Amino acid sequence: MARRDRSPAESGGATRRTFLLGGAVAGVGAAAAIGIDAAVSARAQDPGASTPLNGETTVPFYGMHQAGVDTDAQAHVSLIALDLLAEVDRDGMRRLMRTLTDDAARLTQGRGALADTEPELAVAPARLTVTFGFGPAFVARAGASAPAWLQPLPAFGIDRLRPEYGDGDLLLQVAADDPVTVAHAARMLLKDARAFAAVRWVQQGFRRAHGTERPGTTMRNLFGQVDGTANPVPGTTAFDDIVWAREGWLAGGTGMVVRRIAMDLDKWDHLDRPGRDQAVGRYQSSGAPLTGTDEFDEPDFDATDAIGFPVIAEFSHLRRSRPDDPTQRIFRRGYNYDQTPPAGAVSDAGLLFVSFQADIERQFVPIQRRLDELDLLNEWTTPIGSAVFAVPPGCREGGFIGEGILS
Amino acid sequence: MTLRTLRVSALAAAAVLALAGCSAPASSAPASSQADAFSSTDVWVKAADSGMTAGFGELRNDGDTDLTVVSATDEATSAMELHETVPNESGQMVMREVEGGFVIPAGGSIELAPGGNHLMFMDVTSPLRAGEETTITLTFADDSTAEITAPVKEFSGANENYEGGDMGDMGDMDMGH
Repeated sequence: MARRDRSPAESGGATRRTFLLGGAVAGVGAAAAIGIDAAVSARAQDPGASTPLNGETTVPFYGMHQAGVDTDAQAHVSLIALDLLAEVDRDGMRRLMRTLTDDAARLTQGRGALADTEPELAVAPARLTVTFGFGPAFVARAGASAPAWLQPLPAFGIDRLRPEYGDGDLLLQVAADDPVTVAHAARMLLKDARAFAAVRWVQQGFRRAHGTERPGTTMRNLFGQVDGTANPVPGTTAFDDIVWAREGWLAGGTGMVVRRIAMDLDKWDHLDRPGRDQAVGRYQSSGAPLTGTDEFDEPDFDATDAIGFPVIAEFSHLRRSRPDDPTQRIFRRGYNYDQTPPAGAVSDAGLLFVSFQADIERQFVPIQRRLDELDLLNEWTTPIGSAVFAVPPGCREGGFIGEGILS
Repeated sequence: MTLRTLRVSALAAAAVLALAGCSAPASSAPASSQADAFSSTDVWVKAADSGMTAGFGELRNDGDTDLTVVSATDEATSAMELHETVPNESGQMVMREVEGGFVIPAGGSIELAPGGNHLMFMDVTSPLRAGEETTITLTFADDSTAEITAPVKEFSGANENYEGGDMGDMGDMDMGH
């Protein structure tokens, strides 16, 4: 009943095209039998009969990697950080993760969780994924050795971190193309986590709704910028090398950085289009580098203008964030946020920056250090939340997420 | 979704099935016993440190004659009863021990659910903690038995069974026996 959709080939639309093609072939057969006009009008009157519902689409839960990392980003996300209660020991952590794993396995496949009081809300998974991440204290309490990078990021000069958006022992990334699905799944998981952990923070984000633009379109942030052009493509060797950890209990897992970046939309309004393009090093209109015409053109950092200045300025975000060292790459999977503004203001918006990389210290930190030292965009953006998690590998049916350190 | 009945020892089944809430006939059951036709899906038990609690889930009968569950046990409780929830003379819903046990129709199933029929844990003697599994043994009319491995879950509902924490104070609900 539900369609599967996870591999990049499928998420690019191949499955959907195949499905629609099947419908067209059936239509030809029907046309031969009852006349083309009748067939066409019948199809026009009942488009639902041949159009698969996105709500029925599922992403496999079990596998070598957890879903929700290489999954085409869904439209809605809730990031929820939990802190373990003081009395919860390793046995309690195992019981917690077995329960949450079972909930996620059912919910992502469009079934109510066990003891779900609203299973009717689970029947439209809409590509729901639930991804678990372990904070430093979780790994320590499990008695496992943590990778060296599993610790709060170094303090950056641009940071104005607020504790209510920082750190956490256990992260739940709940994402789907439907906000009701996200709300129900998060609610179910939190009910089952309640005996073990308390909510530390919740951060919700959104992208374009499903069906608004072609799959694979780079997202735009609320500054209007095309954001994430340089991302490696899931399913490629480059992606695998950048994202997946190779060693120990984390093999098949990854490192996750969550940063809440406040964006001053009012101040950004003061900047005219040429200034915006200069700050980023890309045209806001197309996302193309200032030395190119297409979003995916390689930037030419050596190009100079008539009076000898670099076309892509040294202080631009593109120049500063682009590493010369090819191992310093990350995979970004962020979301916008736009919340109730404080009194007297008209917006409280920004970017829920999420990146996945095998080694946060080696890949993420050098990039962030450069941006901290110099990036014109810092005039308009302020990191106000920061958290780091180890995302363990996936599991097989019958197993549970985190079994590598809890069983 | 899929019903899985493993014709293996209950211990092995418990080891592989984790949170699946599946059942296996006890290996001692003779061939063509009632237990052989039995299977269960998504059985779970409400967490409780002590006192009363309940178990829920789907009980199936894949045989061609009706199957009757006459009793149930679990090491976590000193006694267990098979309960139904029915209206009394004044229309109030009350729960009581079902007469003659749970009858699972041939080729059919019954649903045990909060607010409906359930397996009543009368006195929890070792805590049933969320995320653990517990083993419920059902006995059928022909004395054959089946074991169900059921996960324990936190649950806020199903309070009519034991609101107030002891058998002398059941809130608004009449135990009916």
